[in-house]
Amino acid sequence: MIPAPFEYDAPATLDEAIALLEKHGDEAKILAGGHSLIPMMKLRFASPEHLIDINNIPGLSYIKEEDGYLKIGAMTRESELEESELIRSTYPIFTDASKLIADPQVRNMGTIGGNIAHGDAANDHPAVMLALRAEVIATGPGGQRAIPIDEFFFGFYMTALQPNEILTEIRIPSLSAGSGTAYHKLERKVGDYATAGVAVHIALDGDGVCQSAGIGLTNVNATPLRAARSEEALIGKKLTEETIAAAAQAASEDCNPSADLRGDVEYKRSMVRVLVKRMINKAMDRI
Amino acid sequence: MKKEITVTINGEAHTVEVEPRLLLVHLIREQLSMTGTHIGCDTSSCGACTILVDGKSIKSCTMLAIQADGKSIITVEGLATVEGLHPLQEGFKENHGLHCGFCTPGMMLRAVELLEKNPNPTEEEIRWGISGNLCRCTGYNNIVKAIQYAGAKIRGEELPSTEPEFV
Repeated sequence: MIPAPFEYDAPATLDEAIALLEKHGDEAKILAGGHSLIPMMKLRFASPEHLIDINNIPGLSYIKEEDGYLKIGAMTRESELEESELIRSTYPIFTDASKLIADPQVRNMGTIGGNIAHGDAANDHPAVMLALRAEVIATGPGGQRAIPIDEFFFGFYMTALQPNEILTEIRIPSLSAGSGTAYHKLERKVGDYATAGVAVHIALDGDGVCQSAGIGLTNVNATPLRAARSEEALIGKKLTEETIAAAAQAASEDCNPSADLRGDVEYKRSMVRVLVKRMINKAMDRI
Repeated sequence: MKKEITVTINGEAHTVEVEPRLLLVHLIREQLSMTGTHIGCDTSSCGACTILVDGKSIKSCTMLAIQADGKSIITVEGLATVEGLHPLQEGFKENHGLHCGFCTPGMMLRAVELLEKNPNPTEEEIRWGISGNLCRCTGYNNIVKAIQYAGAKIRGEELPSTEPEFV
């Protein structure tokens, strides 16, 4: 399979890349890791007239804690997240997710920014971002703007990014003391999209009362879904078996999965219930 | 519009004109006539087209040739030296790590990076490490043994038994 013809540029700076986006408008697509876009182009589901390859722009790949945030450069590869000591020790939710994204070769190319900017509810990072209440930094001709993750996903492959903007950074508020995180997706085989996936971040005080909760769901809605009622069911309470069961039940009721080869609707709701329960317990174990 | 790129493959620089839409695997196989890199699924699922680009294993059916401009590539043709087979080639040979051989180049190139990052992997780490490579003959047990053999050889340890495993 061969993509339709296109023009190709590989600018060396972000300013050049944005200028090219301004010139070509929505006929242009940004090429990051390429492991969502190139397959779509080969299948002719996408036929952009211009590709703007941002792999040669320095300074877009980093993982650092700064100003009360964990900051991740958009071009950070999945394999770099997987291997980062900082991530492994403090943000294990990313290690959980990265290990389950496609396979090692794909993770050598695929980027966290591309995974989010693609706007696909079947991708794994969006749910993690919802759980961690991330902000997405978009850089355009007028400079940077921060987009709260809850305002980022609009619909199938549609995000708040404007045609002249590039997703350049992800910011995650530093985890408070007493925090635990976990992610898991049920997949039929390596490289499959999630039958269902659940990301959890909880923070407990010294008495074991839940101070904050973030729960994001993968591939059980048209957009990545925040399980808002599940979060409310946890906040202000001790996380007993009953409280956790109530949160899990709410998520299974509030998601909107569609039936496909991975399972029917009831099965997927049931898996959401199971995974929410397991991930809350796993996050608690990690505090 | 064609653009000129220079790609170093197994130590030899090639300057070629490519259409931007040309896939890297097609450049290697068709324009440069190195057919050791295979095309299996053509959808980045099977790993038969795995090569090393600047030391990282990638699926060459899902990278554009033009993206490899200035980069250094290793394919299966570049594994053996005048001294003999690469430890992975020797491991696959000694352990019956191939049946039909179609997945073998990709398996070996993937395992090169795996052993570089983790010279003494557990069986589970090897199985996760080759989870992006499919063997249609399902010969995984001996592929794992072949990689263990290569790991021992690279570490300079005593080589494990090469008795074939019949399960």
